[in-house]
Amino acid sequence: MAVQALSAAAAANNPLTKATAQPLAGGTTLIDLMKLDVMRPAAVIDINPLARGWSAIEPGSDALRLGALAKMSDVAAHAEIERNYPVIANSLKLAASAQLRNMATLGGNVMQRTRCSYFRDVSYENCNKRNPGSGCAAMDGVNRMHAVLGTSDRCIATYPGDFAQALIALDAMVEITGQAGTRSMPFAQLHKPPGDAPDIETTLQPGELISAFAVPGRWPRSVYLKARDRQSYEFALSSAAVALDVQDGTIRDARVALGGVATVPWRAREAEALLKGQKFDDGLAQRVADAAFADARGRRHNSFKIALGKRVMTRALQQAVTMEIRS
Amino acid sequence: MTAAAPEPKANMGQPVPRYDAAAKVTGRATYASDMPLDNPAYAFLVTSAIAKGRIDSFDLDDARGVRGVIDIVTHENAPKLKESKLFSNGGYAGTTIQPLKSADIAHDGQIIAVVVAESYEAAREAANRVKVSYTAVAPSASFDSPGTTTAAAKGQNAQFKEDPEVGDFAKAFDKAEVKLTASYDTPTQHHNPMELFTTSCAWMGDNLVIYEGSQYVYGLKNGVAEQLGIDPDKIRVVNPYVGGGFGSRGSMTPRTAIIAGIAKRLNRPIKLVPTRDQGFTIATYRAETRHEIRLGASRDGKLVALRHEGAEVSSRPDAYCVGGTKTTTRLYACPNVDSLVSIVRADRNTPGFMRSPPEVPYLFALESAMDELAVKLNMDPVELRRINDTTNEPIGGKPYTSRSLMACFDEAAKAFGWSQRSPQPKSMSDGDWLVGYGCAATCYPTQMAPSAARVRLQRDGRTRVEIAGHEIGTGAYTIIAQTAAERLGVPLEKVAVLVGDSELPPAPVAGGSNSTASTCSAVMMVCDQIRQRLFKALMPSDSLTDKAKETVGISQAPSTQVAKSDRPLDLEKAFDELGAGVVEEYGEWKPEGAPLDSFKAMHSGHARLVGGHAMKDKIAYAFGAEFVEVRVNRFTHEIRAPRLVGAFAAGRIMNPRTARSQLMGGLIWGMSSALLEATEIDQRNARYVNDNLADYLVPVNADVPGVEVILLSEQDDHINPAGAKGLGELANVGTNAAICNAIYHATGQRIRKLPVRLENIEV
Repeated sequence: MAVQALSAAAAANNPLTKATAQPLAGGTTLIDLMKLDVMRPAAVIDINPLARGWSAIEPGSDALRLGALAKMSDVAAHAEIERNYPVIANSLKLAASAQLRNMATLGGNVMQRTRCSYFRDVSYENCNKRNPGSGCAAMDGVNRMHAVLGTSDRCIATYPGDFAQALIALDAMVEITGQAGTRSMPFAQLHKPPGDAPDIETTLQPGELISAFAVPGRWPRSVYLKARDRQSYEFALSSAAVALDVQDGTIRDARVALGGVATVPWRAREAEALLKGQKFDDGLAQRVADAAFADARGRRHNSFKIALGKRVMTRALQQAVTMEIRS
Repeated sequence: MTAAAPEPKANMGQPVPRYDAAAKVTGRATYASDMPLDNPAYAFLVTSAIAKGRIDSFDLDDARGVRGVIDIVTHENAPKLKESKLFSNGGYAGTTIQPLKSADIAHDGQIIAVVVAESYEAAREAANRVKVSYTAVAPSASFDSPGTTTAAAKGQNAQFKEDPEVGDFAKAFDKAEVKLTASYDTPTQHHNPMELFTTSCAWMGDNLVIYEGSQYVYGLKNGVAEQLGIDPDKIRVVNPYVGGGFGSRGSMTPRTAIIAGIAKRLNRPIKLVPTRDQGFTIATYRAETRHEIRLGASRDGKLVALRHEGAEVSSRPDAYCVGGTKTTTRLYACPNVDSLVSIVRADRNTPGFMRSPPEVPYLFALESAMDELAVKLNMDPVELRRINDTTNEPIGGKPYTSRSLMACFDEAAKAFGWSQRSPQPKSMSDGDWLVGYGCAATCYPTQMAPSAARVRLQRDGRTRVEIAGHEIGTGAYTIIAQTAAERLGVPLEKVAVLVGDSELPPAPVAGGSNSTASTCSAVMMVCDQIRQRLFKALMPSDSLTDKAKETVGISQAPSTQVAKSDRPLDLEKAFDELGAGVVEEYGEWKPEGAPLDSFKAMHSGHARLVGGHAMKDKIAYAFGAEFVEVRVNRFTHEIRAPRLVGAFAAGRIMNPRTARSQLMGGLIWGMSSALLEATEIDQRNARYVNDNLADYLVPVNADVPGVEVILLSEQDDHINPAGAKGLGELANVGTNAAICNAIYHATGQRIRKLPVRLENIEV
């Protein structure tokens, strides 16, 4: 295995086109998984030389652009993001530890892999994500942390991140740079639910890198609520990213995404449809939450996440409705 | 004085900074794996992926193909080692399951191969490429698994001698006015000390040096000698600092003799650094326990009947047992007591000592039950303890040497603001959070063991103390230095301390919170020997007046109290009279009641601990009271403990700074044992699942914003010359019950199974 640095000039003609090569940014996921023998890249390509062009934080009047190599800590502490996109700032602040946030990049963060114990322990042969077709040890194993939404009979591993919930809620676009130049697509199309092929986690092609995220509009009335076992440095058991546009007590637009409960960043569109045009009350919140989890499927240790997810979601909606907006 | 260095009260030493503080914060402290080795090879372990069955074959071709691989050791070519008996049955070992002996697998993560290579990375890469074919047999994972066997602990384990009982429990319980029967569960937990379970072995001819974090260098030296079949005096164990022990390093693990044997065969020093997850299976752990408590009381709150039944999981071959009924049957006044402890054998690695081994699980049960009884009696839980406080333990009627339990309750209650509590459950809240207050008692036996020490005094006052004690983070260097400085009347900065080396005079295992009492009593005795020699040189006629004696700053009779050193000894004069450049003394101290073979055992790595309930005419325990504020979020059901307050009395406090640090860590760990820590077991295959520090949760700073430690002044002249009760294992006891008692107060819901997770809360 070799570690190479990737220069900006070489980005268009890069060694990452080899499927066995892995890009290295903050390294907070990749290095762990290599130590655990879960990932065995033939080459590791250091993409930090691209940081100069790819780490800008650019809040505009009607959109926000975030370079993929911006550090989580820098984005979380940015005053305009705290003011106009609290859901983004808080999803980053409530993730990982200060040390990790100082190293980890936005692009790497959305690409972080599941924390499923059986995926991360190669002594278990049966993991459809690691060894396609080998089965799933988590299905009937210790699965308290696992997903209840977006699962398949092949995989129930939870998507672990927080920031992605904010992105998917806000209709973010992801900008991708590869051999053929730069393309852009909805962030919602980046992650693939496990379905029949849990080993294929995203729609990125070999050689492609996330170069930026673009968030349309401004969402000052937005919250990220995260429930977890300890007060810091812990993944979500359940989280909700909520952004609302409320005028004269009526919800004109609503965005809801759920974390800690799904196999991919999860947009609760049924919930949004029920909220739009309505006046908020607790009964509506309950109906909305029931709709969001209508298709949820719990297993032995994680069924609690269905009730928990609903409570977290309704509380996040209440907080978003009642929050004071700084002008 | 600051919060970190509390003002000493009566019978407390000075809160001097740690002897090793600067070395530790600047990274100069050398732990076992920091020791330089001459051209070492690196070992990496391969551990089993099944818990029961046998290895059919290895495919080592890929592994051998990794550049830098020197050797791969399996049961087919491993060094032959002799067996060692279990620590609690008079041996040295924490397990009798000896890996690499046969193709048999007895538990998950058993060592099945050792890869040795020119670098750590090459060894790891090759270990990852070792392929193993197994024949697996369905294992029994824990209590509810088919295939376990259960039997009474009594008779199986030499350290568990009795199921305490007195009076007629059945009759008294039957007639009791108020009754409670409740069951409690505690989970598997692992020590997870920061320092991994590393071992380095280097041979010089027939002599072996072992660098390994150990809580018992004499035990390890003698145990490895037994396994290798060599003279113990050819082995030296060195560890000037230990990166946390918590009981996990008190007994020998199989890795050490294996690495020593391979180093001998390869004629090269070998350094082993196992991974975090391997630490879950190559060392010991706190086994899961189950309890049934029955309490009978009169309407006015007097206990009339108490029964405590406990069950503990152990491995197939080893009857490890903590048996906490020895404490819970003696804590409160009660005339009719019964108890029974059973051991359930499953296909697991052998459990072992983990900080306050008996008290953490057994007091969780008793102190939760006391709270439940208080609710039934409609009585303040503090008052229930007061009503049942006692000066004599009820089983044998022996007096406690000192017991400040209620003083601790009163001090802690005052500092906590217990009087602000509205007793009704669910009656206190703050925004999204339900607020609950809870409390519990803690106690820990006062134990001592024989210890030796050597002290060397120079005419300029420079002093060196040599003792094979252990700096496991508790402050051993500091209090040993303080003890010698006070006893000899020399300035603290002139005292050097050597510990963590089996070439030094023997000290007992750093376990059972006996170290301070044992090592400091030995150091005091040897310092007195030096004082005697100097005194005799200065006062040959022994005819001087008391006034004259004061002028040389020394007295002939060793006192049982630490000397007041308000004036330094006139050393120059004494050394001139003595005609000596250096005075050096060696001595061996043993506590009252230690068995006849104590000193012989001490040198061969067997610590004869005495104390607690097992003393002849008395019983010695340290006590404390803990109060916690718990908050339960009404929406997410998240549980947090923002305030922990504990008051403790433990005889002489040698150093309020290091004592507070120990007790603060204990309170935090106690909270953690209730809300965070549990090793999850996959019941299908008896394997640990969350075997890493990302998934095995321990508290972070945000979890413990408010921790307050109150040290009570207590003097006890009936325990040991130092007057000290061990407190290292005092504060993490009872906290788990206090947390659950507070959760009940916050939510009205009684939780009897640990850890408490948010899904266990229904509000």
